[in-house]
Amino acid sequence: MKKTYKIDVDCANCASKMEEAAKKTPGVKDAVVNFMMLKMIVEFEEGAQPGEVMKQVLKNCRRVESDCDIEL
Amino acid sequence: MSKKQKKMLARIIAAVVLLLVLRWVPAQGALGAALYMIPYAVIGWDILLKAGKGILNRQVFDENFLMAVATVGAIALGDYQEGTAVMLFYQIGELFQSYAVGRSRRSISALMDIRPDYANIEQDGALTRVDPDEVEVGSIIVVQPGEKVPIDGVVVEGSASLNTSALTGESLPREVSAGGEVISGCIDMSGVLRIRTSRAFGESTVSKILDLVENSSSKKSRSENFISRFARVYTPAVCFGALALAVLPPLAMLLMGRAPMWGEWVYRALTFLVISCPCALVISIPLSFFAGIGGASSAGVLVKGSNYLEALAQAKTVVFDKTGTLTCGSFEVVGVHHNELEQEKVLEYAALAESYSSHPISRSLRAAHGREIDASRVSDVREVSGGGVTATVDGVHIAVGNDKLMRELGVSFIPCSQPGTIVHVAIDGAYAGHILISDVVKPTSREAVEQLRKNGVTKTVMLTGDARSAAEHVAAQVGVDEVRAELLPDDKVAQVEALLVQKKPGEKLVFVGDGINDAPVLSRADIGVAMGALGSDAAIEAADVVLMDDDPLKLVKAIRIARKCMRIVYENIVFAIGVKLVCLLLGALGLANMWAAIFADVGVMVIAVLNAIRALMVKKL
Repeated sequence: MKKTYKIDVDCANCASKMEEAAKKTPGVKDAVVNFMMLKMIVEFEEGAQPGEVMKQVLKNCRRVESDCDIEL
Repeated sequence: MSKKQKKMLARIIAAVVLLLVLRWVPAQGALGAALYMIPYAVIGWDILLKAGKGILNRQVFDENFLMAVATVGAIALGDYQEGTAVMLFYQIGELFQSYAVGRSRRSISALMDIRPDYANIEQDGALTRVDPDEVEVGSIIVVQPGEKVPIDGVVVEGSASLNTSALTGESLPREVSAGGEVISGCIDMSGVLRIRTSRAFGESTVSKILDLVENSSSKKSRSENFISRFARVYTPAVCFGALALAVLPPLAMLLMGRAPMWGEWVYRALTFLVISCPCALVISIPLSFFAGIGGASSAGVLVKGSNYLEALAQAKTVVFDKTGTLTCGSFEVVGVHHNELEQEKVLEYAALAESYSSHPISRSLRAAHGREIDASRVSDVREVSGGGVTATVDGVHIAVGNDKLMRELGVSFIPCSQPGTIVHVAIDGAYAGHILISDVVKPTSREAVEQLRKNGVTKTVMLTGDARSAAEHVAAQVGVDEVRAELLPDDKVAQVEALLVQKKPGEKLVFVGDGINDAPVLSRADIGVAMGALGSDAAIEAADVVLMDDDPLKLVKAIRIARKCMRIVYENIVFAIGVKLVCLLLGALGLANMWAAIFADVGVMVIAVLNAIRALMVKKL
């Protein structure tokens, strides 16, 4: 399952840091951050609860880039 | 400016004012230091906070950390002004960067503003706006002048001219009327259209394209990967370098029995830290690709990832599919030969005799005739299967068909020396000449091949399943270097594989097709380019680069955009690393002070960002 989220982040490098962090989150099969459209496209693993997983994704992203946001 | 940016601007102005005021305050010593802490806190509190958080989260070596250490260090050494100034300029640079990115993001999304917000549905005689997602396939939607076509479909009623520029980059409007297909994302510029939808919104062209654009950053280029790897190694390396610079020389001095000059070396180490911030690189390289891909989409060239943009810049071999790529893929009358009657007369007889047939050949005959067919002039139509048609037109007996029909009728005919489909015409049993029908070369194909050569492509190859004579005729017209004819679909893959082996390492092979039946080849080539993708899902899926209309010149444009983007990327890498290395050296030798360091950091970043945004300008390429 794929879902798209709107994100807020200041620089392209921060966006790629977010992408790395999201990819490493359990329950996420793949994640892509498009800095141009300010969007994060997350592919969830089967059986994962997107709501729960995304909370963790946001937490992990904040860890690498404190000044970022994901509209959940 | 966003709220965040406005806040930042206010902080910068406040800090500048405070610094100017402090110059006139004759406070010395501890009081002076305390006073300078006010502008420093105003401008730098968030950086210090982020650096602290980074350390807690074990993400130590980022630019916040560098700035925090450098400025706190400078202040500890008593250089309050410089410490505050470094922070101030760093923030100005960041603000500029964020503003520039926001501006280019807006200009790109304005160019790609094709998402329709609603669809009009007629209910009880009144129009209702609904979410396009809710419209079922086969429903009738109404598009009024000025509105976007929300869903793909077929016009049932009305006619209009459509602006497709958001999709194709082509400014010429497209005319549609009842029976014509329309593609979502076009803008209706005149009349009201009633459209029967042929797909769901999610399957419509506009959704597919938006999906593609939104996913386009998923594949990173080598340069981007290089920079992120570089930054990962580089930042810790300079931190330890700075530490060594602060500690080792003074220790060496001590051992040699000389004054250690701790302050001097720590100052140099801090300068070193400020210079070394990798912002210019980590910001400008992804930004260049982002601008390059954005600029390309505004020109009707969709690139699926920055790696393809990079590969496109190294294209040396271009392989074309013939039908639909270099040629129009439709059949047209290209000549009437050996006729004694006027050309128009021969065409008119042929068109009339064939007027009851829906065969593509008959259609091209009628198209060449170009006038309304008066069916009452035709009688006794008889189709000869695998041969042609005989009919009585205006009282004379007409036979229109191939060699076989002529032989059957006992008419001696003249074979044609040119490749294509030959239609012989006999009037009352006497040979009246033949009509040559063939696929015509697109008007821009020749120019495209020429331009490719000028842009560094060393080899152009045309692949086709057609007969050799027809293939060579087209090849000569277009000017490609090599032709491979009479290929089955599998052979095309084999040919591309052979060409892939032949090319030198570092060179890339591009395959251009119209997306019909060539998905395996598209995926096998280094870069698969599908053209005329409007409405063809298979092409959008299989290709790496999608040209929105079917003009081969778009490929040249795509390569030029890619080249320009890569040039900017290399310029930025060389410029940023070069300036930094020089400044680092000068800093270590004590020749560059904190002010030079600020230029090396913020100045280089501003220049690199401005340069990166140039990749967005593709109009004149």
